[in-house]
Amino acid sequence: MAMIKVIAERCKSCQYCIRYCPKQVLAVGKNVNSKGYEYVEPVNQEACIACCMCARICPDGAIEVYK
Amino acid sequence: MEKIYSRTTTIQEDKVSGFCPGCMHSTVIKLIGEVLDEMNLVDKAVCITGIGCCGLHMDYIAYDTITAPHGRATAVATGMKRTSPDSLIFTYQGDGDFASIGLGESISTANRGENITVIFINNGIYGMTGGQMAPTTLLGMKASTAPKGRIAEEHGYPMHMCEILNQLTAPRYLERTSCNTPQNVIKTKNAIKKAFQNQLDGKGFSMVEIVTSCPTNWGLDPLDALDFIEQKMLPEFPLGVIRDR
Repeated sequence: MAMIKVIAERCKSCQYCIRYCPKQVLAVGKNVNSKGYEYVEPVNQEACIACCMCARICPDGAIEVYK
Repeated sequence: MEKIYSRTTTIQEDKVSGFCPGCMHSTVIKLIGEVLDEMNLVDKAVCITGIGCCGLHMDYIAYDTITAPHGRATAVATGMKRTSPDSLIFTYQGDGDFASIGLGESISTANRGENITVIFINNGIYGMTGGQMAPTTLLGMKASTAPKGRIAEEHGYPMHMCEILNQLTAPRYLERTSCNTPQNVIKTKNAIKKAFQNQLDGKGFSMVEIVTSCPTNWGLDPLDALDFIEQKMLPEFPLGVIRDR
């Protein structure tokens, strides 16, 4: 069972993680953080395989990966 | 459940980086932190930053920094390394700093083979000052000082710093990497690690040139900027190890 957690305050919605996730786990959410960015949220958590691609490409270290 | 990846602890937990969305300065700062953490060098490291966006991270990192006068980071690093040989000294410079204003210092330091590491961020434009043309700007690429795009007859050609320094005898390690894919991020991390290890081994001048994006001044959204790196920047600045000895 793998899981990712997005730290909403760090996310700037550049969407690099969405492009490089091989399992389409992530999508831009409807909520905004205190800086006004529509932060990314996991929408398909069950599909996560903990490959860490999203976390490695994320410039701001907004994604934590658990396994 | 076990945590297998989170942001490096060398960046303060409650801080958000001050860079624009999609800016790869943040990625490289993260990688430097990860490498210093893994090599247990956080207390020994001194980062000499140039002027420009490259200095924006100094408020929230765990290692020491010095800001050098514009372009003179490698000269300051030379002094630091010679007076404090046990410290890990690295410069963190953009292309406007390393390849333009500091060109004399950069080449002279490489020519002396100083035992320092240079992390050189090449995004083809001056970022902080408002998108002016840099020596690394591609032909045809628009900048605020080249509104019709860079023209060879007027502005010359893009400069390839790794290849220029490869003409010198003293440098030991020159590599060009990018941060546009997770694979390239991992390669960049390994290159930084190798460059730091070279310094610890006393080998001499090492430089990692990292091809990155500047979505704000390129006038593209972050994902289009990734495509621009892939389609335009990388054919002009091919990745790979230029020298390793």
